[in-house]
Amino acid sequence: MNFKNFTEYLAWLYYQYLLITGIYVLEPWEKSIFNSILFSAIAMVIYTSYVFVPIHLCLTLQLSVMMQNYL
Amino acid sequence: LSVLVFMMFQYSKLSGVHVAQVHAASHHGSLYNRSFIESFEETPMLVAVLTYMGYGILTIFGYLRDFLRHWKIERCHIAREKEEQKDFVPLYQDFENFYTRNLYMRIRDNWNRPICSVPGAKVDLMERSSRDYNWTFEYTGRVVHDVINLGSYNYLGFAENTGPCADSAAEVTIKYGVGVASTRQEIGNLDRHEEMEKLVAKFLGVESAMAFGMGFATNSMNIPALAGKGCLILSDELNHASLVLGARLSGSTIRVFKHNNMQSLEKLLREAIVHGQPRTHRPWKKILIVVEGIYSMEGSVVRLPEVIALKKRYRAYLYLDEAHSIGALGSRGRGVVDYFGLDPCDVDVMMGTFTKSFGAAGGYIAGKRELIEYLRSHSHSAVYATSMSPPVVEQIITSMKCIMGEDGLKRVRQLAENTVYFRKRLREMGFIIYGNMDSPVVPMMLYMPAKIGAFGREMLKRNIGVVVVGFPATPIIESRARFCISAAHTKDMLDRALSVISEVGDLLQLKYSRHRIQPSLARPFDNNVYEDIDD
Repeated sequence: MNFKNFTEYLAWLYYQYLLITGIYVLEPWEKSIFNSILFSAIAMVIYTSYVFVPIHLCLTLQLSVMMQNYL
Repeated sequence: LSVLVFMMFQYSKLSGVHVAQVHAASHHGSLYNRSFIESFEETPMLVAVLTYMGYGILTIFGYLRDFLRHWKIERCHIAREKEEQKDFVPLYQDFENFYTRNLYMRIRDNWNRPICSVPGAKVDLMERSSRDYNWTFEYTGRVVHDVINLGSYNYLGFAENTGPCADSAAEVTIKYGVGVASTRQEIGNLDRHEEMEKLVAKFLGVESAMAFGMGFATNSMNIPALAGKGCLILSDELNHASLVLGARLSGSTIRVFKHNNMQSLEKLLREAIVHGQPRTHRPWKKILIVVEGIYSMEGSVVRLPEVIALKKRYRAYLYLDEAHSIGALGSRGRGVVDYFGLDPCDVDVMMGTFTKSFGAAGGYIAGKRELIEYLRSHSHSAVYATSMSPPVVEQIITSMKCIMGEDGLKRVRQLAENTVYFRKRLREMGFIIYGNMDSPVVPMMLYMPAKIGAFGREMLKRNIGVVVVGFPATPIIESRARFCISAAHTKDMLDRALSVISEVGDLLQLKYSRHRIQPSLARPFDNNVYEDIDD
């Protein structure tokens, strides 16, 4: 399939997302509800990982060093 | 007694993995004189998971909309009881129609499309639009011309308004009128009916035949006349609703065997003969095996030689419903019996319809003379239903004479060529196609609920009319688009249709096939061959 520009390719990707999740058949307001819920869930996941993942990694490293010293 | 399995190894370009392509052509020595290649590719795991997820999301939104409708936040378009009757026993069971209200209604514009020309190879559609999401439709006033018709059961191309069939039907209308105003038994038995029945019997190669006005009614009203209490009906898993209704109305015990699976059928037969009726253990009065020639949702052909061998060995009767296969299979167009080269006298009750290959309406039952004489007085359809209209009868007579002559053989050959070409090209493109290599019914898998609606609409935008099928006609995740090939389709039309299908397939990502065709021997198989045993 030839896409004239990047926007068209993105539009086709959005169309695939609509088809696979089944949102394609819903009315526009239902589509907005689902998209906003999904978007906020993904945003929360990204924010939480941004805040906590470095601290988790640090603590894991400290713990493994402590375990090694103990043994 | 040897089974030939052809193994072709093919390297898949996409994944670079060594994928085995198994074609199972079973040759039971003396029983089959041609190769029988059927394939039903397995649903890819990822696609199945995504389909369930899609249905889950739509179910949640269905519950949301039902909640809004119940609390009157949204206007309710469906049938409701009156205010005064709210405390009575409920008349409209809300939950049963959950699927209809919340999914079918949203994609309803793919079905019941009004056509305004003869449904031949090309058809004209009335354009419709909907402002309230398919609850009501309005006509825009425009007509969509020359839509390539891949949905009509027009196998031999007799759905036409010009030509010898239409001319003779017009003549007969002038002579006899259109309505008969009586049942066959009273005063509705025209000489044309007698001639048609003799012709049907000669066409099929049996002693006599009888015709009815409606194909569905032929099955549902005649099986009760043939089987009753104390009889056993063994019916295929995927039999049509008319056969199931007829079997239930008859009051006999019904046992279901797995689709086209001869081991399952034999097991049921042996069990039935050994154990007899459920509580009394008396022998069954009769055992009737009910199968179809071509199953229209799967495109599979019944394994008739094996069924006949089983029926002879265990002394059962066979009821063969050739609704889709009469006229469409076989070198002379005489149906599935001709396709396998068998003797029509082996099938006890041959049933078929005139709707599909003959361009008319109605059904017939054919067999021995005593059977047909019995049905003439004992069948509900014969006694109570109005007899067939004269132009329809004339269409059947003319089209049947045509098939028995030179022109008909040309049509049969054209249909066979079209079928093989269409199936081969679709398979090469990478779609999952079900069914036998020779069946003109081609189901193409869509799986996801949103793609059902999207496929229908995208094809219509490009001027091709297709029929899409979902639940409850098929299992919930196996929704499909069903193409019906016709002898009236020229190669150009098929090429155009194929290129459009490929384009839409790429747009919607429908090319699921990984060329791993599940061999039709995947069911438990032992080397017993069901040969004729003459006692």
